[in-house]
Amino acid sequence: MSNMSKPLAVAGAVAAALSAASVMPAAAGTKEKCYGVSMAGQNDCAAGPGTTCAGTSTVDYQGNAWTLVDAGTCTEMDLPAMADGGKRAGSLEPLERDLPA
Amino acid sequence: MSDLDLPTPAASVSQAAFSHAMMDGSAAVPAGLVDPQNASAGRRFAVYRNNIAVSLTEAMHSAFPVIAKLLGKANMDGLAGLYLRAHPPSSPLMMFYGAEFPAFLEAMPQLNHLGYLGDVARLELALRQSYHAADAAPIAPEALADLSEAELLATKVTFAPALQLLRSKWPLCAIWHFNTLADAPTPQAGAQNILITLPEFDPIPQVLSDAGILWITALQEGASIAEAVARATEVEDGFDLVAPLTLLLQGNAIIGLENKG
Repeated sequence: MSNMSKPLAVAGAVAAALSAASVMPAAAGTKEKCYGVSMAGQNDCAAGPGTTCAGTSTVDYQGNAWTLVDAGTCTEMDLPAMADGGKRAGSLEPLERDLPA
Repeated sequence: MSDLDLPTPAASVSQAAFSHAMMDGSAAVPAGLVDPQNASAGRRFAVYRNNIAVSLTEAMHSAFPVIAKLLGKANMDGLAGLYLRAHPPSSPLMMFYGAEFPAFLEAMPQLNHLGYLGDVARLELALRQSYHAADAAPIAPEALADLSEAELLATKVTFAPALQLLRSKWPLCAIWHFNTLADAPTPQAGAQNILITLPEFDPIPQVLSDAGILWITALQEGASIAEAVARATEVEDGFDLVAPLTLLLQGNAIIGLENKG
């Protein structure tokens, strides 16, 4: 069969894909949920209508709203200081600060 | 509502008459609708009718955020109002609402100059399908590496339920990125096929070549890796499966391998 004419090419391509997939992170990168960094209404969720997750945060940097960020960057992201001058930082756990009234 | 001791209505209203009036703001309140005091229920009917339209309009905004961004809120509100009356939900699963929206957009003469809208809506629908697809454990990549050459060529592949393919004559992935990512480049003219995978929490759209999408489609239809390569090679001389296979592996999209070799 003509489709068997290049077995070596296929085997080599599979090996190349395996090594490419193992060294390069997925396009998404390894993500983690990062709480307290989303602008109001901009928190992530691809779930769509009938769910209560996407775009429902009502204040900027809402402490219990999360967005997906590259793993490792969550707590290092630069955020504006709090109204009282205190430092804001992202968190891998829900936060008590900046909750909607 | 805890009050189950409702009076028997003086006259009954058919479900057909009720739902027709529910989706047409100009329709009269169905005769015979009464409140618990047996007075005309016209006012509460109007409130209910309005709530349906408003909630479905909101559903369309969250279902098609890129369409809403491309058209602006006022236009999206107007389109949603027309759509929800032409295509009320056929299922209580609101996360899948809007299945007819791509064709609806393409049939609007006022939107003829934005030919890509239908495909953008198809992409937003496919992303939601992928998001809500059943979980499936991906194969360990070593399972492919351990196969002999003959086994590899005869292998058939099973894909994760979250995998979606789209063909478009528009630069669909670039349009989507441009409207969802802060620093994405301006889309350039050209057709783009899309592969959607769900590597972790959120579906990811990526560009596939014509031969690449053909290769994956052939595998979906049950072709062996060798047969699928042969079909892809018909449209692209020297087809190389490295790029599409890498995307599938990174996207955790391969969940089973079968070979009788």
